[in-house]
Amino acid sequence: MIQTEQEKLRDEIVALAGRYGRDRGALIPILQEIQKKRFQVSDFAMQLIADMLDIHPVEVYSVISFYSFLDFAPKGKFVIRLCRTISCDMQGKERVARQLENDLGIKFGETTPDGKFTLEWANCLGMCDQSPAILINDRIFTEVTPEKVHDILEECRSTFGIFSVENREGRPA
Amino acid sequence: MKATNTNTFTFSTVEPGSGLKKAIKMKRSEIIAEVSASGLKGRGGAGFPTGVKWNLAAAAQAEQKYIICNADEGEPGTFKDRLLLSDFADLVCEGITIGGIAIGADKGVIYLRGEYTYLRPHLEAVLKRRREAGLLGEKLMGKDGLSFDIEIRMGSGAYVCGEETALIESLEGHRGEPRNRPPFPVDTGYFNLPTSVNNVETLAWATCILAKGAGWFKKIGTDKSTGLKLFSISGDVERPGVYEFPMGITIAELLKQVGGENTKAVQIGGASGHCIPASQFKRTIAFEDVPTGGSIIVFGPQRDMLDVAANFMEFFVEESCGQCTPCRIGNVKLLEGIRLLQEGRCSMQYIRELMALGETMQVASKCGLGQSSPNAFLSIVQNFKDEIMGRISQPA
Repeated sequence: MIQTEQEKLRDEIVALAGRYGRDRGALIPILQEIQKKRFQVSDFAMQLIADMLDIHPVEVYSVISFYSFLDFAPKGKFVIRLCRTISCDMQGKERVARQLENDLGIKFGETTPDGKFTLEWANCLGMCDQSPAILINDRIFTEVTPEKVHDILEECRSTFGIFSVENREGRPA
Repeated sequence: MKATNTNTFTFSTVEPGSGLKKAIKMKRSEIIAEVSASGLKGRGGAGFPTGVKWNLAAAAQAEQKYIICNADEGEPGTFKDRLLLSDFADLVCEGITIGGIAIGADKGVIYLRGEYTYLRPHLEAVLKRRREAGLLGEKLMGKDGLSFDIEIRMGSGAYVCGEETALIESLEGHRGEPRNRPPFPVDTGYFNLPTSVNNVETLAWATCILAKGAGWFKKIGTDKSTGLKLFSISGDVERPGVYEFPMGITIAELLKQVGGENTKAVQIGGASGHCIPASQFKRTIAFEDVPTGGSIIVFGPQRDMLDVAANFMEFFVEESCGQCTPCRIGNVKLLEGIRLLQEGRCSMQYIRELMALGETMQVASKCGLGQSSPNAFLSIVQNFKDEIMGRISQPA
């Protein structure tokens, strides 16, 4: 059966509401799943989620606007978050930032035209003893140097399409 | 993720299950009495006595209660909970279980920050193993009528959600905006039910206290700050990492242990903590002197303290939830003041006004974020006037 993209999204949200419940407490887990799978929470998704949980869509909007890991605008398949807080700052995060911008051809807050990479700042990633640190989707990279940036990006490119960066390594031992 | 350097942790000497085994034979009031007797205070930084918190939650009348493990470790320079959750997750889960039994809750929640999503599979595996071993679930350790389970919920990248009422708002599906207190979560918490919110480390220590006895814990540290504490040490030291030290250690001694003798200043307690200059390194790290949630950021002689203050203020401008005016506007004004200092265009009169503003924020902000965000600014201005005033601005 041919399904439109909107029907697919509706099915997904219904399934998520089945899993997490249809009360307000389920809102953020549902938004997190949609963000992870679709790289954004679109207007249409917001309306559907609001309907499922019986709340006003603007409530959904206000929650998404609050949390930095949720977004209305489409993000890249790989969201690169460079820590800018003090310990990473002292260990040379500025140079890593410049190299990321150079290699990706975008500035912080932007997404590459092919939709693969989004570059963002993050506040303290909790890797201060191994700084500078980068979080790419769910995977952490530590002691990053400008020289290592290229290899990290290449690794993302090679796994592109599998959407599995966080399912490969990067697990605690 | 391992820490780069550590010393020997007491946690590695405590067998998982040993704390719970003792707790299960005790009355609820006895468990709380044991934790109270140890003098354990909240390890997240605020230092509220854990026994008192559990007692209040236990005394609250309700059909359902909750215990929440605050794993939203967002304070700049803190990463001890990351290590605890990856290496000693059993002790943390056990602490949640013990606390749950003590206050009469049958549900626990671990609120894990979104940045630590990579720890989730490991934590799920630990929970699964504990369920299979009868340490979680129905008929806990074979005891009829006693059930307890733990669920993991993820944060979504908001520092303020480490504040307990903001954390609860977030769990309920709202923006992470702190609530007015009182009422406190111990009687009106998650879904308005009595809820105890405890730091990851506090819960792990609770397990150790049950296993080794309150007397053991109380003997260590100072009168007002008992026991051991994990410290996250980063910055200009030879051996950054996570270390266990007794409470009441002097800053000088701590720096010696991690290879940071040649230090200009230390930020204790993260961005919301205080900046201590070398002249005060004889002071002790304890709730009655310099309090901390465990974050120690070390600045070597080459560091520009104004850049440090700017970095902290940028952090707070970004992370303020914007709900109350002193914090929303105050942090922006302090950051603008730092920019003026960097350009060498700030009068003494204006510095004094900014310091008065900082003090206003400390008393007028709604939650701990705004109450503590001026700390770094105030302590850096007070201690490093000579360094930060009358700058000759560098052409951009």
